[in-house]
Amino acid sequence: MVNATLILERSKAFFAEIGDMTFFAGRFFRELFSRPFEFKELLKQCYNVGNRSLFLVVVTGFILGLVFTLQSRPTLMQFGAESWMPSMISISIVREIGPVIISLICAGKIGSGMGAELGSMRVTEQIDAMEVSGTNPFKFLIVTRILATTLMVPLLVILGDTIALVGSAIVENLKGGVSYTLYFNQVFDALSFTDILPATVKTVFFGFAIGLVGTYKGYNCAKGTVGVGEASNSAVVFTSLLLFIIDFIAVFVADIFFEI
Amino acid sequence: MDRKNEKPVLELKDIHKSFGDNHVLKGFNLKLYKGENLVIMGKSGSGKSVMVKCIVGLIQPDSGSITIKDQDIITMGQKELDFLRTEIGFLFQGSALYDSMTVRENLEFPLRRHKDKIEDFKGTDHAVKEALKSVGLLEAIDKMPAELSGGMQRRVALARALILKPEIIMYDEPTTGLDPITANEIIQLMRNIQIEYNTSSLIITHDVDCARVISNRMILLVDGINYAEGTFEELSNSDDPQTSAFFKN
Repeated sequence: MVNATLILERSKAFFAEIGDMTFFAGRFFRELFSRPFEFKELLKQCYNVGNRSLFLVVVTGFILGLVFTLQSRPTLMQFGAESWMPSMISISIVREIGPVIISLICAGKIGSGMGAELGSMRVTEQIDAMEVSGTNPFKFLIVTRILATTLMVPLLVILGDTIALVGSAIVENLKGGVSYTLYFNQVFDALSFTDILPATVKTVFFGFAIGLVGTYKGYNCAKGTVGVGEASNSAVVFTSLLLFIIDFIAVFVADIFFEI
Repeated sequence: MDRKNEKPVLELKDIHKSFGDNHVLKGFNLKLYKGENLVIMGKSGSGKSVMVKCIVGLIQPDSGSITIKDQDIITMGQKELDFLRTEIGFLFQGSALYDSMTVRENLEFPLRRHKDKIEDFKGTDHAVKEALKSVGLLEAIDKMPAELSGGMQRRVALARALILKPEIIMYDEPTTGLDPITANEIIQLMRNIQIEYNTSSLIITHDVDCARVISNRMILLVDGINYAEGTFEELSNSDDPQTSAFFKN
């Protein structure tokens, strides 16, 4: 009986949070198209988001391509299908692995950072101070951050995918003696519009989700410094879950339109 | 001085505010007159900060009315409220400086939207420097808040509260967390600002020394209501045990 009550209460809290987050997203779209526009702050946030994650994305992308190729090579060799390696790797990375892995990295790096930064601003009354000074803190802090992740995450994913393919090409060159020109010719032959477009569109949604959850958790942070830790942590957990849900929906929708 | 016939710049009538079962304000009333320093004293958790946050619209009261310069802030729209907020300077308990911005950027922030409000506006740089001069911290203009001491942060926060030349300034525990010497400097600064800018000040504190030096009038907030009201001398010499308990330490 106690467990049932607990489950009911937690379910209520979960759905209440989803409702709050929906209102938060609605407010984002309302404020996005209303004046004044915070271009300077948007550029600053784009720089922060891109610059903060650049090194991590490059390293992760490179290792991803390297390891993926090394692990796949023996299996393809067994079937005499090594020549399929560039096509297989490029389609897997561009369609699915690159966007999901790079976005998860961004969720950990950017989402948690935003949760902690805004949470700390909330508990130290900096957000209240902005409001009292007659400035709209939602527009300045939230709209710019969500827009920055929506714009920058797709670019980071494109960069991560490219670096992953470079990593894969290096392995193929060293292990299989495949020239870089041949490798990339095969990559571009294998990839089509229907691989790149849906994958890029879904990264826009990934970026939006990372910004939305990170800022929502931070902006609504309570309970002092403990709350800041919770905001940062739950931003990562919730975003990761949301990314997989968006990915599932994106694959499902892409299948309907492009028959992938 | 009897100011009963004078119109207050700020008036609170019968303010109630509860958080769940916790009834914080139970019919609180207040009148603040032009050029006056009104001190609100009360124990921790008595609702002083809630009351002051109701005044600037950060918290909505459950009932009652709040009038600033004849305008009811509870019923007004967001744009009007944002504009009215430029008439109010607010010094937060922990200074609340934007820690990702320099001192200069902290002071420029309120000017971004409301520089037109200042009558003799001579440029952002001039306004920032003038406000910093008035708190004696011009040399800290390009420093980050983390590089400043607690007292310096409080002074920068005061400069930020002053930059739009507000008519009313609210101080939420202005001397809390400061050593006695720095606290005294802040109190003197508050007095100077009041004289220089002829502002009306609402000071939330439980620092008796601060109240003695700065107050023209005091209200004791106990159990969510105005428990006692008068000058510092009247209240500190009161025979009522609950009132005199505030002044014993």
